[in-house]
Amino acid sequence: MILSLENVSKSFGALTVTDSVTFEVPQGQALGIIGPNGAGKSTLFNLITGNIRADQGRIHFEGRDVTRVSAMERCLTGIGRSFQIPQPFEKLTVFETLLVAATHGRNMSEAAVVEDCADILVRTELIGRANTPAGQLSLLERKRLELSRAMATQPKLLLLDEIAGGLTEGECRALIATIKDIHAQGVTIIWIEHVLHALTSVVERLLVLDFGKIIGIGAPEAIMASKEVQEIYLGIEV
Amino acid sequence: MAYTVRTRTRASGIAAIIGAAIVLALVFLPLFASRSLIQDMFLILTMLVLAQFWNLLAGYGGLVSIGQQAFVGMGAYTLFGVVILGGIDPVAAILFSGLGALIIAIPTAFFAFRLNGAYFAIGTWVIAEVVRLLVAQWKTLGGGTGTSLPREATRDMWFVPTVETLLGVRSAAARDILAYWLALALAVATIGGIYWLLRTRRGLALAAVRDNIEAAKSVGVDAVRMKWIVFLTSAFGTGLTGGLIYMQKARISPDAAFSVTDWTAYVIFIVVIGGIGTIEGPILGVLIFFALQSLLADFGSWYLMTLGVLAITIMLVAPRGLWGLLSERTGLHLFPVRRQLVAPKPSET
Repeated sequence: MILSLENVSKSFGALTVTDSVTFEVPQGQALGIIGPNGAGKSTLFNLITGNIRADQGRIHFEGRDVTRVSAMERCLTGIGRSFQIPQPFEKLTVFETLLVAATHGRNMSEAAVVEDCADILVRTELIGRANTPAGQLSLLERKRLELSRAMATQPKLLLLDEIAGGLTEGECRALIATIKDIHAQGVTIIWIEHVLHALTSVVERLLVLDFGKIIGIGAPEAIMASKEVQEIYLGIEV
Repeated sequence: MAYTVRTRTRASGIAAIIGAAIVLALVFLPLFASRSLIQDMFLILTMLVLAQFWNLLAGYGGLVSIGQQAFVGMGAYTLFGVVILGGIDPVAAILFSGLGALIIAIPTAFFAFRLNGAYFAIGTWVIAEVVRLLVAQWKTLGGGTGTSLPREATRDMWFVPTVETLLGVRSAAARDILAYWLALALAVATIGGIYWLLRTRRGLALAAVRDNIEAAKSVGVDAVRMKWIVFLTSAFGTGLTGGLIYMQKARISPDAAFSVTDWTAYVIFIVVIGGIGTIEGPILGVLIFFALQSLLADFGSWYLMTLGVLAITIMLVAPRGLWGLLSERTGLHLFPVRRQLVAPKPSET
């Protein structure tokens, strides 16, 4: 198991956003997470990446207890992420953004990562914007930059937070191809997504979250067929 | 496919040569300049160093401090302390000034790093006031009225006799020349050091932390460590400058050494009108500041009002300062830090 969560809980005041969540992700799997808005999906990500500390429970990454480990160190051990709302380094260029992620996330010199960064930008089709400040990018480009930046840290576990939202069909297909490509290289992926067809074309397993609780986990077909999920998703996604 | 990275620009190559020539000319300036010009140049250089360190803190580190006077004052008082009580030579004592500033910077950081934005700014100011009040209680160093460096200490200061015989000047002028040379060395070292830092991967990390701290952490940047590095470096440098300024003045009082106007407001003015977040900005800013000061010297409080109006106008018209405006229009960068990715064949991209 590359990642395991054991009874992880988190509350903001009286609101419990993550309620005794327990699940495991085997090495190399692609897991999708779905659930209505406010189900606590992004909070779950923040708990895994260390941007938020869990109130209770334990999180293990590659067998090591990382519950109290900082976000920075978790990145160094191999957890990479994209943010739901893009969080660019406004004044750095696209290329510099990847440089800072690659040099710090992998603890390498700038010269050693230039080729890798350029290669990622080619794959995510941002190479033409390499020298543009991130603050000047369009929404689509910012989303791509989120993915590129996470890739630059060379994660073993990649967390993608609604990376396909707002994309056109063509853009979405290109994105799916890129993610499949990353997955084919052996990277474990956890992907939160409302665009279900994009998600189900990549993931091998689905997890459904509602009110901070897991209400289903298993093969995508079985999950999508379950009554609970159909109730939740009625009106959100047809 | 071989992608390469380019940081140098043609302008920066020319700027480096001109810069070296200016520094060389400044080294030999005391050979023919008047004593008052040397004193003015000393003020310009020390203000430039203070501005560069505040810019490092606020412009690159995102830590807007309005308590820099704490480090100037602490550096200055440490110098007076070790000279008067320890009998150490004033020139050597300057190094202790940096350490003195660090001694208060460490607890200040523990407190102030818990605060963000405006609260951080106010927090640093409050701490500076507390330090001022505490130092004013130190009776051996003159309490609230202050004290002077002992005559023997300044007369027999290191290098002063050498400068006297070398340039054929009196002791007081030799002290000014020595202080000027030290300020020049400090300014060159500061600009060179900051430029070097910005061109390392730490420089990128600093920009990432300033722009988005949560995202920076999630790509493996040690954000807390970056803040500490910037804060302590800035405190150390500001302390050294404080020591040097008061070594030249040879007279100190808590109100002057911990003046928020002299050591923080003017410094912020210099950085803001020149251009925050650039190395060129404070250099341009300090020249404008001194031009205004000599132009408006006879107008009393009108001088401060003019500074205020000018600062507000520039903030509205050119939020990135005069250098920002200039470099936006012309694409000029004298100290380039931008990493340009150069494709093997530009037409392909």
